[in-house]
Amino acid sequence: MFRKLHDPGPSAVTILIDGKTVSAEAGENLAAVLLRQPEGWNRTSTVSQSPRAPYCMMGVCFECLAEVDGVGSVQTCLTTVRDGMRVSRQLGRRVLSA
Amino acid sequence: MRPDIIVIGGGTVGAAIAYGLAGFKQNVMLLDGGDRDYRAAQANFGLVWLQGKGMGLPAYQTLTRTSVGLWREFATEVEGLCGADLAYENNGGIAFCMGEDGFENRRAQLQRLHNQWDGGEPDWEMIDRTALERLLPRARLGKSVSGASFGRLDGHANPLRLLMALHEGIVRQGGVVRSNAMVLRIERVGADFRLLLDGEELVAPRIVIAAGLGSAALAAQVGLDVPLRPQRGQVLVTERFEPFLPLPASGLRQTGEGTVMIGATQEETGFDLSTTSDAAARLSRKTVEIMPDLAGAKLVRQWAGLRVMTPDSYPIYAQSQTHPGAFVALCHSGVTLAAFHARELARAIRDGELPDFLTPFHQRRFDVPKAA
Repeated sequence: MFRKLHDPGPSAVTILIDGKTVSAEAGENLAAVLLRQPEGWNRTSTVSQSPRAPYCMMGVCFECLAEVDGVGSVQTCLTTVRDGMRVSRQLGRRVLSA
Repeated sequence: MRPDIIVIGGGTVGAAIAYGLAGFKQNVMLLDGGDRDYRAAQANFGLVWLQGKGMGLPAYQTLTRTSVGLWREFATEVEGLCGADLAYENNGGIAFCMGEDGFENRRAQLQRLHNQWDGGEPDWEMIDRTALERLLPRARLGKSVSGASFGRLDGHANPLRLLMALHEGIVRQGGVVRSNAMVLRIERVGADFRLLLDGEELVAPRIVIAAGLGSAALAAQVGLDVPLRPQRGQVLVTERFEPFLPLPASGLRQTGEGTVMIGATQEETGFDLSTTSDAAARLSRKTVEIMPDLAGAKLVRQWAGLRVMTPDSYPIYAQSQTHPGAFVALCHSGVTLAAFHARELARAIRDGELPDFLTPFHQRRFDVPKAA
């Protein structure tokens, strides 16, 4: 549904989303990267298990949560990609673990 | 319909009494206050709790035990009547102990309570860290956790659903619930009480004042001097997790929805409903000492409520001597005591006389003669 308008060229970085290598631009917003993946969603609801995608893009709605570098429930719309970042879509309620 | 009895105060205490009265076929009217009133019922932590309560007043242990004993049947009835799920669980509850001193202090405290009660075998035991780990296999304990006291009769419920269901249950049993109905003045008119509201008068032969912190001004008008003060409690709540805490703990419980409630502070800050970052930090620190993995939990809300506190922290149940037919019911454990309020207290109010076992809860216990 979404696509990137320009080729980042030499400023491209690589992140992993659920183990899959994805190209992004240095300084790019993580939620924006998630939005332009074919899956289109980043988590499932803790109540209904339905898929959710980034919505407000300004830190308010908490729809864009994902696990980033081992930290759960990160607001991806407030997160900037870093080369090598590991992102996991978050399924339902988290499991409490270290 | 002319009510047989009007209950002033639509929190968990007033609603439970009115619910019980409606069940006893009384024409009951519940008057709920305004949106901006101090609503302890909407800030409640949700424990249905016995262990550790009643130091110095064995009658309070008995009262709490009575209510906890009635809770399952009460919850089943309310759920059946209103189609609600109160999420009541009574598989026991724990109070974490930190360090060897904490463990021994807790044991001594519970033993002292047990000695004061003199009512049979203890319904609690001290469990060491190994036993506690077996009880909570999915929760990693902090290194200073030495064990816990385990109360067999303890449990928890969803306090907001309880409050909503009680209101619903009053109506389903033929009672009336009025919202935004603030009582400004109470007058005696013959054998009746006349309640003056904004632009309205209501008359009933009997009234129950259960208006939380608003009760002192109302009770004074029917000859009852009830000393009350607000005590602030702040609570934190986390995002939802897969179940990892199968039992509620004092100050830490996982709800049916998966959120973790962390609480609560005890602050003498007057009529101030502010939340503070200091309290959030203290509660978080304490919790992470018990369960370090919660350090990674996201907090989604923090709120404050004002407990309805008496000088000795115990409830006030009384009927006015100068104004018979006027009752007062005040406490800060409205959820634990809800079953007692809906059953035995409602029955006593219907019968017009509080039983002897409630005598220790009359507010005359605060009338200390002044020294000459």
